[in-house]
Amino acid sequence: MAEAHMKVSDEVAISIRKMNKWYGAFHVLRDIDLTVNRGERIVICGPSGSGKSTLIRCINALEEHQKGTIEVDGITLSSDIKNIDKIRREVGMCFQHFNLFPHLTILENCTLAPIWVRKEPKREAEKTAMHFLEKVRIPDQANKYPGQLSGGQQQRVAIARSLCMKPRIMLFDEPTSALDPEMIKEVLDTMIELAEEGMTMLCVTHEMGFARQVANRVIFMDQGQIVEQNEPEEFFSNPKSDRTKLFLSQILGH
Amino acid sequence: MSDTHAQSVAFVRDTEIPASPPPVAQTGAVRWMRENLFSTWVNALLTVAALYAIYLIGVAILPWLINGVWTTPSLTACREVLQGKVGGCFSVLTERWNQLLFGFTYPSDQYWRPGIAFLLLFAAAAPVMFFKLPRKLLIITALYPFVAYYLIWGGTILTPVFALLGFVAGYAAYARLVKGSFALGIFAAVAVAALTWWIGGMITDAVAPAQPWLEEVPSRDMGGFMLNMILGVTCLSLSIPLGILLALGRQSNLPLIKAVCVVFIEFIRGVPLITLLFVANVVLAYFLPPGTSFDLILRVIIMITLFASAYIAEVIRGGLAALPKGQYEAGDSLGLDYPQAMRLIILPQALKISIPGIVNIAVGLFKDTTLVSVISMFDLVGMIRGPILASAEWNGVYWELFGFAALLFFVVCYGISKYSQWLERQLSTGHR
Repeated sequence: MAEAHMKVSDEVAISIRKMNKWYGAFHVLRDIDLTVNRGERIVICGPSGSGKSTLIRCINALEEHQKGTIEVDGITLSSDIKNIDKIRREVGMCFQHFNLFPHLTILENCTLAPIWVRKEPKREAEKTAMHFLEKVRIPDQANKYPGQLSGGQQQRVAIARSLCMKPRIMLFDEPTSALDPEMIKEVLDTMIELAEEGMTMLCVTHEMGFARQVANRVIFMDQGQIVEQNEPEEFFSNPKSDRTKLFLSQILGH
Repeated sequence: MSDTHAQSVAFVRDTEIPASPPPVAQTGAVRWMRENLFSTWVNALLTVAALYAIYLIGVAILPWLINGVWTTPSLTACREVLQGKVGGCFSVLTERWNQLLFGFTYPSDQYWRPGIAFLLLFAAAAPVMFFKLPRKLLIITALYPFVAYYLIWGGTILTPVFALLGFVAGYAAYARLVKGSFALGIFAAVAVAALTWWIGGMITDAVAPAQPWLEEVPSRDMGGFMLNMILGVTCLSLSIPLGILLALGRQSNLPLIKAVCVVFIEFIRGVPLITLLFVANVVLAYFLPPGTSFDLILRVIIMITLFASAYIAEVIRGGLAALPKGQYEAGDSLGLDYPQAMRLIILPQALKISIPGIVNIAVGLFKDTTLVSVISMFDLVGMIRGPILASAEWNGVYWELFGFAALLFFVVCYGISKYSQWLERQLSTGHR
């Protein structure tokens, strides 16, 4: 187990207090309280429609919350566009459907934000991009277009693209749900490597093997609420709430 | 029998099937004809019928083309030469060539000016159309409107120079203030540009020489195909950016901007272009302070531009709607701001999807420039219907003249269409 060198510091990276969100009249997130320390690896699971994706999308303001506070790296998330941009620069995100830019090459996908947002010189941005593409093991595809890559490769590019912005926190929104079984492992391997380097990570995923191996906390959500959270060993072997037990029996049952 | 059955139940492949090239397609003209032209007796019949139709058309047109007369001064002279034979009186084209191209009042010793402006158009359009050319060439495109204006209209060179200075000063003000706030930058730019033009106008009035280097040609003297080109090129290049802004405005979160764009688009689309042109011609003058002369060509350009931009906006809106929401979210999550996300991610993809629709409107717009003939402007069709067909020499020459007009428009429109197909191929990435 790599637990020994995956240190969690006392420094708070994300702090969510009494956060509520509605879609119209529908109450999707209810009184969410969550503190994430720097270096923590958190896996969020739950049935579909439980609000887990919405929760992490609130953290980089892709979704607006209506009540309560979210603080990322000491910056309070408000409707002020400058604050939002500041937080988005610190927080990287990977999506279920990768969302690579199909009209740009892999390399251009990775250098776009560093050049335009961080105002890095092009040469330097390309060097960083190649570094991270090597890290996710696809430097030879740099000049291809996303449409020419397999799903697993595209998701690894998406991870590299986020890393090029040098984020301090990474959010993963079901990164392997749209992938063929053969390709899930290559993406998970990349994520495990990232975790071992001490990246603060929040992953919405149903990969329970990944949760056991990497997470230091598993959160179970249902109907917009955090139902249970615990260390992975305890969470899987000894779930407390009935809903967690039911959920685990359903996804681990077969 | 039992063997095959046994094999299909349990089977392990112990040798790889090597990859092999596909069977070579059989070629040859005869085979092609048999497959495509005579595959069934119905097809064979249709082929023969089609060949006969082509023959009939050829028989009708070829003598007309081959016996064509190119050098007579009038229709009667042409008929004398033909002596009852079938043949076209193409001499109307040679004799009225300059009128067809430049109208009948543009000073004939100055025809070289629009000619040069036309040639320069290719240099100015190339950097926009072929994005592999060095981006520095765009400076030619930026300067072209002022050069072309000076060449075609002439007069004092101070007018285009101050017009250009206004843009430069406005941009400088914008670049300086945009960091503070986008709105402030825009307002400052407009104010500074307007100030420059006002001062420039006064200076021009005061010091303009009585004898400018290029003789001034008033707008009412523009005509012929030149007028169609002026209107087509100007309106198209103005209406695409305006259309993009309208499409983005219609998607805006700000209710006021959205409402203005929606009302504008729906109003313009609900009104015939002819009506707008009559408004430009007659009604607009009532709204202007007495004594101001607001150039007729400028009024028409504004109307056609507004008209086309409303349609282009709707086409682009379709392109924007076709993009998955994830593209916006990916841009947002990387920290790109709205203008960056639009310029770098959304618009390149949305415009690519919209190319066929935009080209459709571009071709339509170019052909619609002939509508100005109904508000007594002498564009190519106006020249043919008016001064040429009404003249004693050429009364009655329809096919040759309108055929020529059709040919000119076809060349331009087909060029636009071919370019757009090439562009789509260039922009396609990956296999989808």
